Formats: sequence, C-alpha cells, structure tokens
Amino acid sequence: MTVQTGIQPISAARRAKDRFVQVLVYLAFALAVIPLLSVLWLVVKNGMGRFDMEFLTHSMRNIGARDAGGGAYHAIVGTLEQVLLASLIAVPIGLLTAVYLVEYGEGGRLSRTISFFVDVMTGVPSVVSGLFVLAFWILVLGMPFSGFAGALALSILMMPVVVRSAEEMLRLVPRELREASYALGVPKWRTIVKVVLPTAFTGIVTGVMLAVARVAGETAPLLLTVFITDSINVDPFNGPQMGLPLYVFDQAGRPTDTAIDRAWTGALTLILIVMLLNLVARLITWWRSPARRR
Amino acid sequence: MRRSAFRRSRGDGPFRFASTGAGVVLLAIMAAIGVFLVVKAVPALQANTSHFLTELTWQPNATKPVFGIAALAFGTVLSSLLALLIATPVAIGVALFISHYAPRRLASVLGYVVDLLAAVPSVVYGLWGVTFLVPFMLGPSKFLNDYLGWIPLFGGDTVVGKSMLTASLVLAIMILPIIAAISREVFLQAPKMQEEAALALGATRWEMIRMSVLPFGRPGVISAAMLGLGRAMGETIAVALIFPATFKISFQILGPSGNSIAANIANGFGEATEVGRGALIASGLVLFVITLLVNMGARFVIARRKEYARAAA
Repeated sequence: MTVQTGIQPISAARRAKDRFVQVLVYLAFALAVIPLLSVLWLVVKNGMGRFDMEFLTHSMRNIGARDAGGGAYHAIVGTLEQVLLASLIAVPIGLLTAVYLVEYGEGGRLSRTISFFVDVMTGVPSVVSGLFVLAFWILVLGMPFSGFAGALALSILMMPVVVRSAEEMLRLVPRELREASYALGVPKWRTIVKVVLPTAFTGIVTGVMLAVARVAGETAPLLLTVFITDSINVDPFNGPQMGLPLYVFDQAGRPTDTAIDRAWTGALTLILIVMLLNLVARLITWWRSPARRR
Repeated sequence: MRRSAFRRSRGDGPFRFASTGAGVVLLAIMAAIGVFLVVKAVPALQANTSHFLTELTWQPNATKPVFGIAALAFGTVLSSLLALLIATPVAIGVALFISHYAPRRLASVLGYVVDLLAAVPSVVYGLWGVTFLVPFMLGPSKFLNDYLGWIPLFGGDTVVGKSMLTASLVLAIMILPIIAAISREVFLQAPKMQEEAALALGATRWEMIRMSVLPFGRPGVISAAMLGLGRAMGETIAVALIFPATFKISFQILGPSGNSIAANIANGFGEATEVGRGALIASGLVLFVITLLVNMGARFVIARRKEYARAAA
C-alpha cells in the first residue's frame, strides 16, 4: 500500500511477508481455476466427437454393448420433463413460503422456525431426497418408478433455493411502494399480487432459473426414483425414464470406449444446458440492476 | 405499520392461509423425510443378523443379511475431512483474492468464474475424475508413498489411482465454491473503517487483513467450512465412480480402499433386494442425521452474528 508518511519506510521483512502472502493468494485463485479449465476443456474435446444429429435424435434402444452410435434423445426428453414437473411443484410452494416469510411472518416463532429449516433443507444431500421419495412414494404408496417420482425428489432440492432467492428479492421491494398501495385502500393480498410480486418479478425468475440449473445436473435422486431405461418414454407418470445426468453415469459405468464417448457427449450436452440457464439468469440480473454490481 | 388500520379484504384470509400453508408444507416435508426413512429402515434393521453400528461388511442381499455402517461412515467422514483440509485454505485464498486483491473491475467477473465451478454437475466431475484424475494421480501418489511413506496416512504397499485421496480431491474441488463464496461475502462486510485505520497506521496489506479482516470473518469462515463439510458428506455420484467400493477401515489414503455412505447407495441400489433397499435407506438415515447436525451447527454459528445473515443465504 502507498503510505507516504515520511516517518520510516516499511521494513524489508514486513514487505517480504506482504509480497509472500500476495503470491499465495494469487496462487490459490489459479489453483481453483485449473480444475474448472481442465473439466471444461476435456468435456469439449471429448464430447465434440459424438455431438451430432444422431446423438440428439436417437435413443439407446437396440444399441448393443459394443456398438457405436446411439444417442441421448430419451435422456434429454426425460430431463426436460422431470425438471419442468419439479419446477411446477417447487416454484409455487417456494414462492408462497417466501411471501409468508416476508409479508406475513412478522418475525414470529413459526416464521423463524420455517426460516431455519429452509436453511437446513439446503443442506439435505440429494441422495437423501431420492431415498425419501423411494421410501415414501414407491415403497409405501406402491407407485411405480417414474419421471414424476424423480421430479418429486428434485422439487425437494429446489424448494429451499427458490425460497431463499425469492425472499431476498421480496425484501428488496421498497416499503414505500407497499405503503402507497395501502394508502390507496388496496388490501394486503392485492398489494402483494399486484405491486410486490411484479416489482420483484425478474429477480424471482433469475432465482428460479438458478434453482433449475442446480437440479438439472442432479444424478443421485434420479437413480433411486426414475431408474434407467434405454428406450424413449415420453410419459413421465408411467414406467422408468432416463435423465441426462443419469445417462452420463450409466454410460460412464460401461466398459467400452464407445460408451465412454457417449458419456462425454452427454456431459457436454448437460453442461451446455446448465451453463445456458446460468448465463441467462445472470444476464437478467445484470441488465435489471447495474447498481447492485460490485 | 404491518398491522395497519385498513379494512381487511375478503381475499386476505385465503391468501394468508395459502402462504402460511406453503411454509408449513416445507416443515412437513423435512419431518416426513425423517419419518419415512425410519419406517422403511426398521424392517431391514430387524432382519440384520449383525450389529448395524459396528459391523464392517455390507451384505444385506444375502439370505442371512449381514450389514453395518461402520466402514461406510468411516469413509464418509475421512474423505470429507480430507476434502475440507484441502479446500479450506484454497477457498480462503480465493475469497481474499476477490475481496481484497483483485482489481475492482475484474473482481465480480472472477467471482463468477469460481461460482461456475459449482455449476458443473457432479456426474461430470465423476466422469472427469475417473478418466483423467485417476490415472493422473498415480504419479503424485507414488511420489508421496516413496518419500513420505513413513507418515501412516501415505503408507501402504499398494498405490492406486482410485484411492481415498483422489476422491477427496474431487470432493475438495466441488465444495471449494461454496466455502469461497460465503467467505468472500463475509470478508467484504469487514468494517471499512478498521481496514482504513490499519492502513493509515502504516500496516501492509497483509497486516491489515490479519488484524481486521480475518478476525472479523473467522466465524463466517468456520460456518462456511461446516456447510462445505455437509455437502462433501452428501456428495454421491462423483465419488461413486471413483471409490473402489471396499468395506474396510484403513487410514492408508493411497491404497485400494475407500467408500462412503452415499457412494454405496448409488452403487448398491441396482441389485438390492427388499432387505437390501431397506439397508440402504437405513444408511441414508444415518447420512441424513449426520449432515443435519453439521448443517444446523453451521447455521447456529451464522445466526449468532446478525451481519452474516445475508452472506449465508
């Protein structure tokens, strides 16, 4: 730092220590970026080989253990349906919970309890949410393995993320807006629906997209609830489906090179979807509020 | 202000009810997770012919089921602690880099780059780990074994790529972003006045950080590390592809042994019988309880410092 006091220069030992720590800090950042670059580079390099129309439009049906070819169409369809269903369950519950915490909770015991358990819920391992749906939906209620069961497991992982991001956005809405609405005689619930939620809308959308991006890559809960199939199954309520992460896991576990190639391409497709969601979400925040940038 | 004098509308009741109900549903889900795991675990535990907490082997599918959590729990804790040991110093460095070292204009972009690490799905890390990192780690592991073999951790006669160390390294990469992100937020909230006072008194940048930023951030970093620990314990697919899936307790992290509760669930589910599924659910219950305790501990540390409330969201 430039401290020109004219009293005494900083001693060499102190300056050396300062430099040393600076090098360490820069090194730590480099160390963190290396695996990211390595992963992205290998996924692109190995994934491009099979990234063709056949991969995007065909399933693995009738593809023998050693055959090349085949694709992930069934997995892509499965992932889209599962994530959509999960969002349909998690977003309303998450959003309403956030509304409760911000507008109705008033710091009471229930709201503090809910708030605490939302935090704890973010830490529930994904495999546990899969086991829960397996135990409850499939083993106790006797429902079949299905895309919907997978969506249930994913929705449990989504809910706390949606609550937290929506809550933060709702708290950003200026109190004056609410008060202006009350002053005009608008009841509280209409104020929330017509004033608060629209004001926070883009922020909420961003949060939802980040939550979707998070669960789209989840494998463990799907493994326990959706099961694995090589065929196309467009009905998420009946019978085993596939999901893109599950597809990568399945292919990576097969011993042939052609399967490993398919796993890489599956990984590339998955990363493209997840990164796209992430990017769009960030861009929305960026455009909306330049003032919040650091 | 909240309880203002305006007349209540007819829509208010139902809307309030719905939003409160949603919150209660969330609580109910958390409770249901515990209840239903117990319900399906109990029959399997009753069929077990050994002691669940101390038995090492895992053969719940046999006609006389024998299974226990000991080896799996050991592997889960050891791999997560190793991951934490590797990730925390790097994460603190990354957080300091973004909060106090990087040029202001670049900081937010670089922070986003680190966040991207968290966006990569775990199965992709698994694929990367098993095809790239496993063969890559063979060299460094041999080196550690040759020259530092006298340390029990690096000892042993056989050195493999699919080891506890490789799995822990992947876990470390996966939990680094969350530890870095929370630490970064906490460091940014360190009182500017103190920082400037330290600098004005002639402190170097490092002395300023050591005197004002780190003491302020310590509880935040601790809870961030605990959240990372909880995440490492629950991580499934990446380590399921890397662990050699053995059932023994060994501190030799370069050798061909290692497993975790979560990895065992992913690997064992396909061929599990009725009792087998129950046994896996029982192990999941143990994992749930452990991660719950770790997370609640972390949240408790955060909750005591109000100023952290936003950082940890």
